[in-house]
Amino acid sequence: MQQRTYEVMFIVRPDLVDEEIDKLVSTMESHATNAGAVVKNIEKMGKRRLAYLVRRFSDGFYILLTLEADGKAIHEVERRLRVSEPVIKFLTVRIDEEQKRLDKIKQLRSTKVKRSTAEPAPAPTPEAVAPAATA
Amino acid sequence: MADTATSSSSSGGGQDRGPRRDSRSGGAREGGGGRKFFRRKKVCKFCVEKIDSINYKDVRLLSGFVAERGKIVPRRLTGVCTPHQRRLSEAIKQARNIALLPFAARF
Repeated sequence: MQQRTYEVMFIVRPDLVDEEIDKLVSTMESHATNAGAVVKNIEKMGKRRLAYLVRRFSDGFYILLTLEADGKAIHEVERRLRVSEPVIKFLTVRIDEEQKRLDKIKQLRSTKVKRSTAEPAPAPTPEAVAPAATA
Repeated sequence: MADTATSSSSSGGGQDRGPRRDSRSGGAREGGGGRKFFRRKKVCKFCVEKIDSINYKDVRLLSGFVAERGKIVPRRLTGVCTPHQRRLSEAIKQARNIALLPFAARF
């Protein structure tokens, strides 16, 4: 199956201690690797206020996983998140297409800059030639 | 007065269909001349500032395009161009799902 890049963001209930959160994150990581996903990055975004109540909690710990995985592995990770009790909400977003688009734009920009810097150099030469021709 | 304004703006839109921003700037100029107040020409923030990625995690950016009650502000008010508004609304909806932005702000 094709490997794709995904971002899994999930919210853990706020009444957990830091150690418990670390433990949960490491178990999730191991679940992901067992399912065949490669964990590229783990980012703890800290405690944030939720925009609306989720299971009667008004804030939560945000954790972001960046995975390189296929659909099956993502399905398994999502199932684990759904089952685990302290996780109150999660969202999976596929980012490889977006990344591809951004890279393309970046490349386009860099070539444009090169062209604009290259153009002024040959431009003055015809002007320099033209007066000489009239004279 | 309103009738003349709409007719002229529609004809302007017909003349220069290709460059989208031209037709809009024409409308803004006509609005400034016809009425007492001058309406500032609206430009797409993302095109001008060259913001490539509209990410759902960037709450500070997204919250500028969300009304007080949590609604997505329409293009005609913010001046965002169509491709960027599409990405923007997508990002806002993703942010809502992960409780970064409200579906509806409570009062």
